[in-house]
Amino acid sequence: MPQSAEKILDHAPLFREPEYRQMLAEKKLNFECPHPDQIVTDQGEFTKTWEYREKNLAREALVINPAKACQPLGAVFAAAGFERTMSFVHGSQGCVAYYRSHLSRHFKEPASAVSSSMTEDAAVFGGLKNLVDGLANTYQLYDPKMIAVSTTCMAEVIGDDLHSFIENAKDENSVPRDFDVPFAHTPAFVGSHVDGYDGMLKGILEHFWKGQERTEAKRTINVIPGFDGFCVGNNRELKRLLDVMGVSYTFIQDASDQFDTPSDGEYRMYDGGTKIEEVKGALNAEATVSLQYYNTRKTLDYCGQVGQATASFHYPLGVQATDEFLMKISALSGKEIPEAIRLERGRLIDAMADSQSWLHGKKYAIYGDPDFVYAMARFVMETGGEPTHCLATNGTSAWEAELKELLASSPFGKDAQVWAGKDLWAMRSLLFTEPVDLLIGSSYGKYLERDTGTPLVRLTFPIFDRHHHHRFALMGYQGGLRVLTTILDKIFAKLDRETSQTGVTDHSYDLTR
Amino acid sequence: MSLEYENDGALHAKLIEEVLSQYPDKAAKRRKKHLSIAKSGVEAGGESEILSECDVKSNIKSIPGVMTIRGCAYAGSKGVVWGPVKDMVHISHGPVGCGQYSWSQRRNYYVGTTGIDTFGTMQFTSDFQEKDIVFGGDKKLEQIIDEIEVLFPLNNGITVQSECPIGLIGDDTEAVSRKKAKEYKKTIVPVRCEGFRGVSQSLGHHIANDAIRDWVFDKKDVEFEAGAYDVNVIGDYNIGGDAWASRILLEEIGLRVVGNWSGDATLAEIERAPKAKLNLIHCYRSMNYICRHMEEKYGVAWMEYNFFGPSQIETSLRKIAKHFGPEIEEKTEKVIAKYRPLVDAVISKYRPRLEGNTVMLYVGGLRPRHVITAYEDLGMVIVGTGYEFGHNDDYQRTGHYVKNGTLIYDDVTGYELEKFIEGVRPNLVGSGIKEKYPVQKMGIPFRQMHSWDYSGPYHGYDGFAIFARDVDLAINNPVWDLYQAPWKERPPRGRAIAAE
Repeated sequence: MPQSAEKILDHAPLFREPEYRQMLAEKKLNFECPHPDQIVTDQGEFTKTWEYREKNLAREALVINPAKACQPLGAVFAAAGFERTMSFVHGSQGCVAYYRSHLSRHFKEPASAVSSSMTEDAAVFGGLKNLVDGLANTYQLYDPKMIAVSTTCMAEVIGDDLHSFIENAKDENSVPRDFDVPFAHTPAFVGSHVDGYDGMLKGILEHFWKGQERTEAKRTINVIPGFDGFCVGNNRELKRLLDVMGVSYTFIQDASDQFDTPSDGEYRMYDGGTKIEEVKGALNAEATVSLQYYNTRKTLDYCGQVGQATASFHYPLGVQATDEFLMKISALSGKEIPEAIRLERGRLIDAMADSQSWLHGKKYAIYGDPDFVYAMARFVMETGGEPTHCLATNGTSAWEAELKELLASSPFGKDAQVWAGKDLWAMRSLLFTEPVDLLIGSSYGKYLERDTGTPLVRLTFPIFDRHHHHRFALMGYQGGLRVLTTILDKIFAKLDRETSQTGVTDHSYDLTR
Repeated sequence: MSLEYENDGALHAKLIEEVLSQYPDKAAKRRKKHLSIAKSGVEAGGESEILSECDVKSNIKSIPGVMTIRGCAYAGSKGVVWGPVKDMVHISHGPVGCGQYSWSQRRNYYVGTTGIDTFGTMQFTSDFQEKDIVFGGDKKLEQIIDEIEVLFPLNNGITVQSECPIGLIGDDTEAVSRKKAKEYKKTIVPVRCEGFRGVSQSLGHHIANDAIRDWVFDKKDVEFEAGAYDVNVIGDYNIGGDAWASRILLEEIGLRVVGNWSGDATLAEIERAPKAKLNLIHCYRSMNYICRHMEEKYGVAWMEYNFFGPSQIETSLRKIAKHFGPEIEEKTEKVIAKYRPLVDAVISKYRPRLEGNTVMLYVGGLRPRHVITAYEDLGMVIVGTGYEFGHNDDYQRTGHYVKNGTLIYDDVTGYELEKFIEGVRPNLVGSGIKEKYPVQKMGIPFRQMHSWDYSGPYHGYDGFAIFARDVDLAINNPVWDLYQAPWKERPPRGRAIAAE
């Protein structure tokens, strides 16, 4: 009997005990009807070949282990960045349980959203009644300042019209006539979570800006971050930079406090976020700057339509991307980049110079949302690394072209390949056939790490199996230090592991590296 | 080891009244039926003693806009019943999200070579695009099945887990499945678990059970030499290895577990199930349907059991043994005796640290009652419990477990749960990931009771030790005493106890 009160073994050690190993071996042999071991081994080896890779990449219909989620997740995240805003997702209720769980598992924080709980009868008759009753209940129970409505694919397939439904709900006094209920149609069968973010954000801006007179406030800027699992660290760092520069700005969609509430005995369903008055005032800004172009294409178009200048970046991370971001902000705001920031830049460069020998020539596979992949590829090249595989399941052909242009601009990008629309099962073949030193992505990459032996650096949403990484910034020069350190730690840990066998690798297990 | 106590029914009644007062009238009227206080019931004596009555309405539609914690039929089928069958490929058929959010989240452990002969921690999706909605997805589904056969030839079957749009656009997944099953001579199971069906996960369980009946049973000649002590374990999803910690006991008392549904299961284990002598059902809610069917059609008896905590384990082992007669009964007594010192050691270590601590539960379809005695074995008191998707028969069964005055809440809303927890201030809350962080912010210890909070197993004697350790580490961690900044005065909550 392996278990004892003195030393309690949970699943990880328990099932490695001989009693359980034997039990499982017998279960397999007697009851599972398994394929013969040799056949399993052969098939396993076959999946590592170029031949398998070709079949794998030729897939047209089946998607396996995609690195993307659906639109409403992005909408719920977007709504979380506004003051006392409750997400209301119109359609089936199970979806909302999923978004809330997904966000909670990443942030280790509460994630609130409600559903209109449509069932079979609503599929037949439409969900108007659900929305009318639902808004009334949400308004009364959860005391929001704003309810942001998005849709699940069920409501989209049956064609519910949010605009008229919300008008109806107001006619029936579900919420006061002047209560803010912005909305966005977010069909799960179009685009991905980054488009849901875009749609919801545009919906909110349109709700407050449409028909309003715009009086341009010169030199003021709106900053939109995009869907970002590292919003807690990133938004605070960006606001710090903007404050240090003395820029007059509105940070539109700031979920950094919502997903980082303190533990002091009080549960805050709402915390922080862009104030509604600020959103209204943001119409007058001279310019709107998006930190993630592929998250905000429609929103930027809309900002342009109302007369604002627009600029966009791809997740400004690393040296040159941060340089460009700051210079753009400086140009738009008329504020100089202060010496303090130049010194921060110098410290990042200093760190990169100190560590360059460990990074030069390292090969990487990078996956995630389009802007993030672009940013990481760029930073990797700045360190002398080679971004061998750049993959975004939700990457478009425009993204592919833009990234290829970036890669062509550096000798470190000459062997790089861009994989738009591919998934992580495709990545598995890529890693077997054209191996790299490091894999950069989300927690889902752990299966690739296990199968291919490529160390995984977790630097993008979702991160379920490591804690608190999202509390630290990746953007800006400070963020660059964090990314640099994280990558280096992985390299050193691997080297130590590979040289730690006493009597075999006493050499190379160096104290100073 | 039944613990004697009564809960503060008057306080609970007041809390119910308070939360209902906050709803619009229409919603208050509907929610009222889901909330109650357990009342002393008929004293029938013996095993069937009913401690109390939990009279609430259940398994009806959630109210829009109130933040129900429930999921959907797809979650019940793909997430619970079918997903763990490890040697089959489960296609999340429809848009990408459902499969993505449920990917690898239920911790149904298995062993196998993932991606080669097992597929449990993978996300197969048809990733529906607009054109699939407009023109239908049947052709795409055919192509997907072809591609699966090319890339994963060692799969032993495929299931098609329908997401919301499939039923709405009128796709015929049954026809595609039939055609492709014939072509590849494989089991292909279409499951009509669109998320809008039913009112919760529960109908998904039922639909998934029916799919086993209609698309698996009697479809192949099953070569298997049946034995006198063959049992199936039904409704154990091997979360954190639960089914393994149960299997080891059942084998020890002399039974042969010929199938485990569906944690760590293979299709073969499902196909041969009707040949067993007895179905042992743990999660009654999600798999009673197929047990009733096997009883009717194949004459396989079924029996509910409970492997949470030593009191229930002993009772259950004896009940199971009785079914098989003296030889098994004798072995069973030896097994109980063998584990007795472990149980005693665990209880004497942890009971003094946990005695009298109060617990509120809110879980799925089984655990709101099944885990109660495990807490009581540690001297803890259950003050409130409720089901996400229980039915009337679950609440009837709950009467056997809860004490007079216990707060009962069905399909609780985020608002109600928060207010109940605030009002009761239990020492521990056991619920899900969505509830974990709000509760912890209040300074109240919490354990996830769906995923075992990344621990487990909790079934069996091995599991009970882990359960006791986890409850202790949750309640007696020093962090709860650090919530108040020292310059803000507030009486201390009590001292943490160092880990042992």
